Amino acid sequence: MKLRIRTTKLGKVRFTSHRDLARMWERAVRRIGMPVATSEGFTPRPRISFGLALPTGAESVAEYIDIDLREPLSDDRIVGLPAELTAALPTGIDVLIVAERDQRAGSLQEVVTSCTWQLWSPQLGSGHHHDACRLLEATTLELDRERKGKRSTDEVRPMILDLRVDLTPAGDRLIAELATVGRGLRPSELARLAYPDIDPLDVRVLRTHQWTDHDGNRRDVLPCELPQPTVVDASPVEVLA
Amino acid sequence: MSSLWTRVEPLLARVQKPARYIGCEDGVTTPRHDKLPGGGAVAWLLAYPDTYEIGLPNQGLQILYEILNERDDAVAERTYAPWLDLTEQLRSNGVPLFSVDTHRPASDFDILAFNLSSELVYTNVLEMIDLAGIPLHTTERGPDDLLVIVGGHAAFNPEPLADFIDAAVLGEGEEVVSDITAVVRDWKRDGRTSRDGLLRELSKIPGVYVPSMYEVVYDGDRIVEVRPRFADVPATVDKRTVADLGEWPYPRQQLVPLTEVVHDRLSVEVFRGCTRGCRFCQAGMITRPVRERPAEQVRTMIRDGLRRTGYDEVSLTSLSTADFSDIEPVVKGILADAQLPGGCADTLTISLPSLRVDAFTVGLAGEVNGAGGGRRSGLTFAPEAGSWRLRQVINKLILEEDLYGAVDSAFQQGWTRMKLYFLTGLPTETDDDTLGIAELAKNCVAIGKRYTNRASVTVSLGGYVPKPHTPFQWFGQNTRAELQRKIDLVRTATRKVPGVQLKWHDPAASIAEGLASRGDRRIGRVIERVWRDGGVFQEWGEHFSLDRWERAMALEGLSLDWYVYRHRDEHEILPWDHLTAGLHKDFLWGDWQDALAGSGIEDCRWTPCYDCGVCTGFGIEHVVASPIAPAGGSQGTGQDLARGGEVPVTLLPARRQLVDSPNQSVSPAAAASAESGVTV
Repeated sequence: MKLRIRTTKLGKVRFTSHRDLARMWERAVRRIGMPVATSEGFTPRPRISFGLALPTGAESVAEYIDIDLREPLSDDRIVGLPAELTAALPTGIDVLIVAERDQRAGSLQEVVTSCTWQLWSPQLGSGHHHDACRLLEATTLELDRERKGKRSTDEVRPMILDLRVDLTPAGDRLIAELATVGRGLRPSELARLAYPDIDPLDVRVLRTHQWTDHDGNRRDVLPCELPQPTVVDASPVEVLA
Repeated sequence: MSSLWTRVEPLLARVQKPARYIGCEDGVTTPRHDKLPGGGAVAWLLAYPDTYEIGLPNQGLQILYEILNERDDAVAERTYAPWLDLTEQLRSNGVPLFSVDTHRPASDFDILAFNLSSELVYTNVLEMIDLAGIPLHTTERGPDDLLVIVGGHAAFNPEPLADFIDAAVLGEGEEVVSDITAVVRDWKRDGRTSRDGLLRELSKIPGVYVPSMYEVVYDGDRIVEVRPRFADVPATVDKRTVADLGEWPYPRQQLVPLTEVVHDRLSVEVFRGCTRGCRFCQAGMITRPVRERPAEQVRTMIRDGLRRTGYDEVSLTSLSTADFSDIEPVVKGILADAQLPGGCADTLTISLPSLRVDAFTVGLAGEVNGAGGGRRSGLTFAPEAGSWRLRQVINKLILEEDLYGAVDSAFQQGWTRMKLYFLTGLPTETDDDTLGIAELAKNCVAIGKRYTNRASVTVSLGGYVPKPHTPFQWFGQNTRAELQRKIDLVRTATRKVPGVQLKWHDPAASIAEGLASRGDRRIGRVIERVWRDGGVFQEWGEHFSLDRWERAMALEGLSLDWYVYRHRDEHEILPWDHLTAGLHKDFLWGDWQDALAGSGIEDCRWTPCYDCGVCTGFGIEHVVASPIAPAGGSQGTGQDLARGGEVPVTLLPARRQLVDSPNQSVSPAAAASAESGVTV
């Protein structure tokens, strides 16, 4: 049996890395005694795979994890699994939905074509976000960036699929849909283009969707009702959309 | 005050490894600062003066964290040394040192308590005191300033820190933290009148040393007297010791960090104390007597701990885990429990971190590794010295045949590489002894080649640093140049030997460690200068520079010769003579003389008491489930254990020949100790 799971990563736990997350999951599945299949080889590892890495420091309500089981779970157990896993995971990582994954479904890295992000900062007002949307009017956008130690100047305009401003309970935020295919565009890189006057390190980001393409129509990997506006750590900047 | 989180959070976007500073570990308790009305609860900020990765797994800190939070009148949070990048951010943004639990500023607490597991962290202690926002010097602090306390092994000579700390705790903390809490609680209730009055009260608690209550009288370089300032301040401070480890099954909820740390696994302490009597080993001297945890409790702590944490690796910790009386049944029990539903039999790894050097022990390690489904843990042996003669001097009574038997057994069981720990710069060490290290390593690889072509041995070589409260406390440490020369001897001798890798510790760092280890109060100014000069994280090679220490010594008019390289004589008053781990000074001096004569001493947990002073002085005794030495064990000397007394030097000659048959190479009575907990 193969499962696909959607979770959040909110609050202080946003400062953990992708590698840290892998260890958290390995411990969580052992704590609840989930019959996870293990890889072959000298040091067998549990068969848990993670989708597109979330940058350390970013938050999300759309993280995905695939887990292969060595024996199926009862329907009852699957229904209770989100609560059971949430209790075994750190505060801020809530399991939103658990679904059985089609045997033929591609890996998360293969199927996801774009992500939607929210960007905001205490230093940014509504005007900044509206100005940022004008990046869409450009026909070409060059960005100097460094990946794995190599500097390059890339044309990134095609990676920006959409920009708009939404009023959230925490105020206006920039909503950006960015392509993930190829070298993609990171939200921090978008922030450099969108807000040239502030330090990109001061721009907070939240991933709200990971999209798959179905004959030209985009679809959430696993659609679900997002939690009601959640207040994390009572900090106003952490009120979620 | 409220949480600093909103001010800390933007800074974390600008530092490496921000997960070091977020807390959120599994097992944390929600600290309740409102336990007593009007903020009457005593708030402890437990500090580890090195990075989170190194400090988080520290069991001592976790034990106190739980014990204090269980009390009705205390609350505890934790903090670790911020790395240089965050320190810079904190200073430039005016944010003070904070707790990782609720991100409260240090000034919200009553006590800043440091765990000192080594001496090179002293400059980090100063950095953290400064970041906490209180005066660096204890004399400048007022009633509202944090109380700075240190504990841990290095606190047995806290004199170099005397200017900066309000109190030091000697020995085990389980009970004394409650005594300190009670005194501070009453002082707060009575309106925080005089800080001196509080310090004087604290100085009356057994195990608590308040440096400011003592005056040190010098005659030139020498200490003439350490005199209590008041009649009710004790002339000598004794260490604290928990009589029965079984009454303290802590930590009950080991913290599980969200990010990678140095010992990322469950740890269960199987016993405390070690009486193997290795003369260089401060841990073995200051933690006496041996107190084993009941086997059933060990098993329960492991079973419950694995389930609660989700770890699939457990480490059975102590100074020499194979010496635990019930090691075999406990290991079998762990493996049986792992088979039960919810167990992790298919991936379980059991690590036995401090192995004795003998074939029996390796057999046990093999059993543990074969039965669990997890990965094979590494094997490390610590013969410590290159010749039998020198091993008698240091009382690490391992015969070559013990080592070869252990190594043979390990290669036979499928290990292809192992690590050997050695010290150089030991008392009486000659170049023959030093070169013996290369010889042993070469022979170990030769044994391995019989089993596999991949056989290799890594030799880890550390410069010996004499420590207080050991028989070697009088010994003049080898100079930096001499340590380097000895390292080079071994380098040359192993350079062209296939299968032998050599790693060594920077001898310059050993000199600074030696200075801080046996320093007196005058070294405080040196530490302060090194800190002001930017010398933090001195345990990290890339941040250490002996130049800073030498400069500071010169500016203070002090000499390394006098503090580090000089042999002390019997009647010299040592800076820590008024502090005691229970060992009689005449016992230590006698053991030092025996060492120079090359004569060993037995393990008193299985043989008659030779009265080192600890059990008799404190009215405690060994708690050991088995009255006989473990299988294969007489420390490798083959002596009759029932006889007691001294081991003659000539009892067994050193055997340099390799014995071909592995069965012959280890006599049933041959075993030895390997406290790899020793700092090298």
